[in-house]
Amino acid sequence: MNKKWLSAPYLVWAVAFIILPLLMVVYYGLTDKTGAFTLENFLAMGTPEHLKALGLSLLLSLISTIICLLLAYPLAMILVASNTSKTSFVVLLVILPMWMNFLLRTMAWQTLLEKNGVINGILTFLHLPNHNLINTPGAIVLGMVYNFLPFMVLPIYNVLAKIDKNVINAARDLGANGIQTFCKITLPLSIPGIVSGITMVFVPALTTFVISNLLGGSKILLIGNVIEQEFTTASNWHLGSGLSLMLMVFIIISMVISSLFDKDGEGSAL
Amino acid sequence: MSNKLIDLQHITKSYDGQVILDDLNLYIRENEFLTLLGPSGCGKTTTLRIIGGFEKPDQGRVIFGGEDITKLPPNKRHLNTVFQKYALFTHMTIAENIAFGLKIKNKSKAYIDDKIKYALKLVNLEGYGNRMPDSLSGGQQQRIAIARAIVNEPKVLLLDEPLGALDLKLRQDMQYELIRLKNELGITFIYVTHDQEEALTMSDTIVVMNQGYIQQVGTPEDIYNEPENAFVADFIGDSNIIGSIMVRDELVEILGAKFACVDKGFGENKPVDVVIRPEDVELVEPDCGTINGVVTHIIFKGVHYEMEVQANGFEWLVHSTDMFPVGTKVGIHVDPYNIQIMHKPASEDEEAAGIDE
Repeated sequence: MNKKWLSAPYLVWAVAFIILPLLMVVYYGLTDKTGAFTLENFLAMGTPEHLKALGLSLLLSLISTIICLLLAYPLAMILVASNTSKTSFVVLLVILPMWMNFLLRTMAWQTLLEKNGVINGILTFLHLPNHNLINTPGAIVLGMVYNFLPFMVLPIYNVLAKIDKNVINAARDLGANGIQTFCKITLPLSIPGIVSGITMVFVPALTTFVISNLLGGSKILLIGNVIEQEFTTASNWHLGSGLSLMLMVFIIISMVISSLFDKDGEGSAL
Repeated sequence: MSNKLIDLQHITKSYDGQVILDDLNLYIRENEFLTLLGPSGCGKTTTLRIIGGFEKPDQGRVIFGGEDITKLPPNKRHLNTVFQKYALFTHMTIAENIAFGLKIKNKSKAYIDDKIKYALKLVNLEGYGNRMPDSLSGGQQQRIAIARAIVNEPKVLLLDEPLGALDLKLRQDMQYELIRLKNELGITFIYVTHDQEEALTMSDTIVVMNQGYIQQVGTPEDIYNEPENAFVADFIGDSNIIGSIMVRDELVEILGAKFACVDKGFGENKPVDVVIRPEDVELVEPDCGTINGVVTHIIFKGVHYEMEVQANGFEWLVHSTDMFPVGTKVGIHVDPYNIQIMHKPASEDEEAAGIDE
């Protein structure tokens, strides 16, 4: 039976809202204001200020991804180990913030971290010295971790939950202690979840401009902020598109690296 | 087959207030093929998991070769398990799977390579070492799971319904393979199954369990020919179980007719259960047997015909190579030594033996 026509609505959707916009970005990125072909918008990534923003973006999203991984893995393991009624409750706790608006949650952190915000208020009340929390790279990392943690927890939880309990039992049965079982069985089997978790945290963290706008202030520029400004305040769509395309190249490279790592992990598991 | 290798003493286990095993006592001898047989939920898998160390009993002790191992974790026990649905490590090759236990024990590479070769040969899968588990059929994966366990030279191999996921033909082949393996290795097998035919084919000793209690321990012949209660009789093979009255020694009244039997010591006019295997019911000319009946159903089963005969208000199940069409009037004859007399369940413990129907 030929049911290909069922995918027609999706095809229309994909062409109208994914492929056409992408082609427009490519067109803008490859032309200058007169419409002539140019590579300058691409090469603009090489200027020191753009490189600095890109480097900072890479660094902060890398740190956030690692922190997310270190927090999410044990959490996912606890979720899998605990009994079912408790599990669904904790999974709900992980997902619940995602039901609230992303902007709203980030603005809430703004209120908490502000110079006269909630945290410093509590510190003052306890007669402890106040800290400069907002508008620091640390605040941006905090925002990224907070917002993207569920995207790390869920894929890891899913792979861990799918591992047959008897596979773990078999490793124990064959003489492996708890640590050996984790290193040789659980961890290698969960690598697909780790890779998709890393992708789902690293990519949005690398391109975000909302978190850095709200928690980083105007002084800390990430590559996302630079691109946003080209589209809004500078009204230079050509440069913004060129930088976006360059960023896509970086993301593709990082995805390729992580998928290589995946294969590597499967091959050298023992 | 003499020494007690494993001794389970007063094992009790419950989950969420539901008793799975109640004061279970059982010993397993060296070099024995012992099968735990029973319907699902009878506690057989829990018993195996307690021996393997994956569950801790609430009460009681597990003695292994004279040592109390109740609290030892699985990796410290000298036994290995073949799990239901194989539980192979899917991210490793077949050779890496088999080598897993040996690498943990830091054996030399030459020793491990030797063992892998030996184990693959033993399970008839030579040359499969570099394949991944997913590329093997169910039967092959099961044999790898067995190879992975036996390279560690355990004193006891635990098998948890290892053939459950295989189709009938393969299951029968694997049964013979397991018997051969056991004889070649000369170690103790503890086997869990709900399949009575599997149990009868392979075991030296069968332990029939129901609702957390051991119903009977014995050789396959004992269990089949001399079931101790109605549950065992019903679970092992087909049978006619009839509530009767023991008139006196060697005479029992079944459905109002007196049959000669060989059992003694049940007292006079005592209610008992009688078990008669369908192949032991002989159909003869009307009035030539002890009671008369009419054939009501007949099914051709290959080796024999399976018939139902209505006689004295009871549907007798009969297996015979002779064919009697539906509606035929027949006589029923049973040889005295084919009538198995059992006590009716009286105490509460024996109640657990009661057949569900």
